[in-house]
Amino acid sequence: MPPQSLLLLGGTSAIGLATARRLIARRTRTVWLAGRPSPELDAAAASLRALGAGVRVVPFDALDTDVHAERLGRVFAEGDVDLVLLAFGVLGDQARDESDPAAAVRVAQTNYTGGVSAALVCAGALQAQGHGSLVVLSSVAGERGRRADFIYGSSKAGLDVFAQGLGDALHGTGVHVMVVRPGAVRAARTAGRPEPAPLSTTPEAVAGAIELGLRRRSETVWVPAPLRLVASALRHVPRPLHRRLPVAP
Amino acid sequence: MAVEPLLADDDFVPLTGSGRTAPSLALLARPRTAAEAAGAVLARGSRGAVARGRGRSCGDAAQNAGGTVLDLTALDRIRGLDAAAGLVVCEAGTELGALARALLPYGLHPRAGGGGWTAGGTVASGYGNGVEAFELLGADGRSRTVRRGEPLFDATVGGLGLTGVVLAVTLALRPVETAYLRERSVRFRDVDALLAHWTAPGAVPEPYARARVEPAGRGRAVLTAAAPVPYAGLPRGHRARRAPLAPPSFPGPWAGGLRPLPGLARARAVPAYGRGPRAGFVRYRCAVPEGREEALRGLLALLAGRRSPARGARHARVERVYADGAGPLAFPVRGWCLTVEVPAGARGLGRFLDVLDERVAEAGGRVCLAEDARLRPALLPVMYPRLDAFRGLRAALDPRSVFRSDLARRLGL
Repeated sequence: MPPQSLLLLGGTSAIGLATARRLIARRTRTVWLAGRPSPELDAAAASLRALGAGVRVVPFDALDTDVHAERLGRVFAEGDVDLVLLAFGVLGDQARDESDPAAAVRVAQTNYTGGVSAALVCAGALQAQGHGSLVVLSSVAGERGRRADFIYGSSKAGLDVFAQGLGDALHGTGVHVMVVRPGAVRAARTAGRPEPAPLSTTPEAVAGAIELGLRRRSETVWVPAPLRLVASALRHVPRPLHRRLPVAP
Repeated sequence: MAVEPLLADDDFVPLTGSGRTAPSLALLARPRTAAEAAGAVLARGSRGAVARGRGRSCGDAAQNAGGTVLDLTALDRIRGLDAAAGLVVCEAGTELGALARALLPYGLHPRAGGGGWTAGGTVASGYGNGVEAFELLGADGRSRTVRRGEPLFDATVGGLGLTGVVLAVTLALRPVETAYLRERSVRFRDVDALLAHWTAPGAVPEPYARARVEPAGRGRAVLTAAAPVPYAGLPRGHRARRAPLAPPSFPGPWAGGLRPLPGLARARAVPAYGRGPRAGFVRYRCAVPEGREEALRGLLALLAGRRSPARGARHARVERVYADGAGPLAFPVRGWCLTVEVPAGARGLGRFLDVLDERVAEAGGRVCLAEDARLRPALLPVMYPRLDAFRGLRAALDPRSVFRSDLARRLGL
């Protein structure tokens, strides 16, 4: 049964919006967009409304963990949410963040602590309603530390392990937790970057994989699927060699 | 280290319909008396309660994720029998097969049918015939008797348990001389021949008539009708001549075109589709009004299509329906009823069934809610034009929506 209501944490995320568009074409009628109030968020809401969904916007800041329970609790009080998609996150700028610890901490707090807080709030609410799915967007960057993006990667690694454990804790409660690990995603966020890496993907492909994973109730989804084998091989590459690889995924 | 799930309560169990799709977790209460059932309704949590029988229907009508589900199968006593008037009063959890076996020595048989359903389940799903009255437990924990003719009666028959918990049912009985039906089968080349036979002028309603249509190939059809066998009609030397009202204990096939009355046959040991965690199936049941036979043919053609996911089905079942249902959510429509069971894993099934929904709604038909776990909410008012009457009645009876189910939440009933 495709979800009828969706809570998208990170309302301007390209992957999140691509998933929302795909699900609206199926069964989704109610979409909650949670994000920092901005013209982009309003534009995203308008674009989903144009597809025929009822869209409501919730002010939500990953860094402001104190009000997560109150803000997200309000969403769950309005009615059941079939799918929560935790899609917020910042890439940061590796070179700048290395010299500016405060900026690095902001990346870690947004991606990890913000994710932990929001996921726990949503997991509690989903558990109370006895059904629903929580989809957490991780990244292949969290699989193994690498020179090019270890600040971002470490925050995603933390979130990934957290979501795996949460999935086990919620096993048997009717709530399904799915970790999605996309490769490099070609989107506006990464537009200025050079040459897309091999096995890179698009927000639409990730959305398709999420839909399939929901139908199969998968626990881990790699996008594109062969990345699972590549990552598995890279995990066993010796450090000196790994360090020299031009595109560790 | 063992994984301890974050369960609120150990009594939370996953529940599904008989199709074993769309499980959801609910607090299962198993009251043994009417008073315990009332207590369970009053002690419900914030996510409401709904009654459940033997879980025979395929949809999510008897599930309530995160809430309370009352398993009424322990309420299975037969309270009284009025053989002269042909009425029996039994508790809601009574299985109709057990009821039929208990009544057989008196030469009586419930009109409601059999097949593992509970008496309360046939009321809530609207499948049963011959329901005369029932005792309904309301949201306030008090029960009242509802008789045929009252608006609440019509709303509850086929009301999917959303008007209250049926605690006891008065069922009409019919006299029988033996425990058997005589079956008569007619084969047809294709569906057109079958429909022509059924719509021929002067065709009389046949009891227990149903047709099986092969979805693949040319669409051959077999129409089976059956009638109770009087004692004199039993074959000479048949073992039932010695004890005509003993339940048939031997497994089929039965000689001479005889088969047991509904509810008296032995249960099938193996489910229709294989076992295992992924082996669920979806039962699609829809009604098409009389005069829209071309829509029915269209649906059958879609089922038989080259890329149809329903080709995995063994057959589609077509029945002739002779009367409209009375209640606002009653499923029967004078005309035709089509049922097909498809393995849930069939590729593209969701979208295929959405297309069928559209066709059914266009033809003025409807999808059976008791078997549904996937209908698009927008189509509901089209299929059930008296939906607002049901919502109004429910709002008046149960303003705080105590009786809730996954189905009600999903479709916004």
